[in-house]
Amino acid sequence: MSDIAERVKKIVVEHLGVEPEKVTEASNFIDDLGADSLDTVELVMAFEEEFNVEIPDDAAETIQTVGDAVKFLEKNSA
Amino acid sequence: MRRVVITGLGAVTPLGGSVEHTWSRLIAGDSGASQVTAFQTDDLACRIACTLPFGDGSDGTFNPDAWMEVKEQRKVDPFIVYAMAAAGQALDDADWHPKSDRDQEATGVLIGSGIGGIGTIYDASVTLHEKGPRRISPFFIPGRIINLASGQVSIQHGLKGPNHAVVTACSTGAHAIGDASRLIALGDADVMVAGGTEAPVNRLSLAGFAACRALSTGFNDDPTRASRPYDRDRDGFVMGEGAGIVVLEEYEHAKARGAKIYAEVIGYGLSGDAYHITSPAPDGDGGFRCMTAAVKRAGIDPSEIDYINAHGTSTPLGDELELKAVERLLGEAAGKASMSSTKSAIGHLLGAAGAVEAIFSVLAIRDGVMPPTLNLDNPSVETAIDLIPHEAKRKRVDTVLSNSFGFGGTNASLLMRRVD
Repeated sequence: MSDIAERVKKIVVEHLGVEPEKVTEASNFIDDLGADSLDTVELVMAFEEEFNVEIPDDAAETIQTVGDAVKFLEKNSA
Repeated sequence: MRRVVITGLGAVTPLGGSVEHTWSRLIAGDSGASQVTAFQTDDLACRIACTLPFGDGSDGTFNPDAWMEVKEQRKVDPFIVYAMAAAGQALDDADWHPKSDRDQEATGVLIGSGIGGIGTIYDASVTLHEKGPRRISPFFIPGRIINLASGQVSIQHGLKGPNHAVVTACSTGAHAIGDASRLIALGDADVMVAGGTEAPVNRLSLAGFAACRALSTGFNDDPTRASRPYDRDRDGFVMGEGAGIVVLEEYEHAKARGAKIYAEVIGYGLSGDAYHITSPAPDGDGGFRCMTAAVKRAGIDPSEIDYINAHGTSTPLGDELELKAVERLLGEAAGKASMSSTKSAIGHLLGAAGAVEAIFSVLAIRDGVMPPTLNLDNPSVETAIDLIPHEAKRKRVDTVLSNSFGFGGTNASLLMRRVD
């Protein structure tokens, strides 16, 4: 996993209280990791804070898996 | 109206993470007060409080993780975590875990708080100021508003009956139990999980209550002596945190399932002072009228009251006014009644106080022992009423009265009695 992927995974584990081994790039926050809609809002906020980026609402809606987040952040974070 | 009994008790208090640990330390005369070390206090007028004994759950400590998942705790203010713990204990104690639609729909929740998530509202304000609105969590609102204690408890336990909350400052816990009893008496529910919860020990609350001149400020170096109701040297209340929650149940419902019955709620009285936002009316009439209303509802004579758990916050004005109102209520019978303020040991739990103190009152019936008023070295007035100074006292107790009076001049009294 890339550095960005590791950091994303760490945030997901902390915020959703899931076992690290359950978190893969294919994991869907809601379907696989037990998040609800508010959890996903908070996750996006945590990504913004960690990577010092702004994730607009329309982009946030497309981030549904760990891999989606990693891809977005690899493209958009400094 | 249908009869209402208490079949389950739950509490987290400065004396313990459970009802029984709290009660045994209360009877032993322990104090839960200490100097606050969790945050900066050197610039505060009051630097002491009664805080929860956090730990792994052994030896009477309070382990919140046993009652709410850590990731869920992170989303809510501690006042909700305390409610989850006390409600879980009360439901376990009542052995009431409804699974059928019918039982779930017959079981409601009515838990109040005086000020809800004030500590973490403060934290979020700082975040807003320093980092802007995009850093405010989606869990900020649903983790702070007062009725979410009832909401979270209902979700965790599948309780689909009335879901309600009370906010009446320091009378909250008593009003919650009284109002929930009425919901059962009138048939809106068969079982109610009711009480109060509060997590006020933070810089903002200590500054605010000190500004009202409500807190003790003269015992910062001697915290266990600070809460001293009726004593001539009392100078304000000591803030406490925690939750008290009971399971209330319709009498026949409890009997039919063979539930353990602690006591019956036989009377509930409410009144308003219509006088001042923080000071009690100087004639004590508000307290007198709410006690009288409870006695009238119960249809008993005041002389039948064995033990009174006083509001008794250790403020210069309030203690004597309540005492005079109780003397007025009891008349000739004052000489045989006992009254104590357990705030001398656990501090003032604000919105949780009335519920925790109702639990103490019920336990006085169960065990035939009345908790003491600590630090009552020199009573500021003479009274015929036994104020149970320093040490707990054994006596058969059948009928108890628990008083709560709150800012805004809001008063509540609960009368409970042994069920034979």
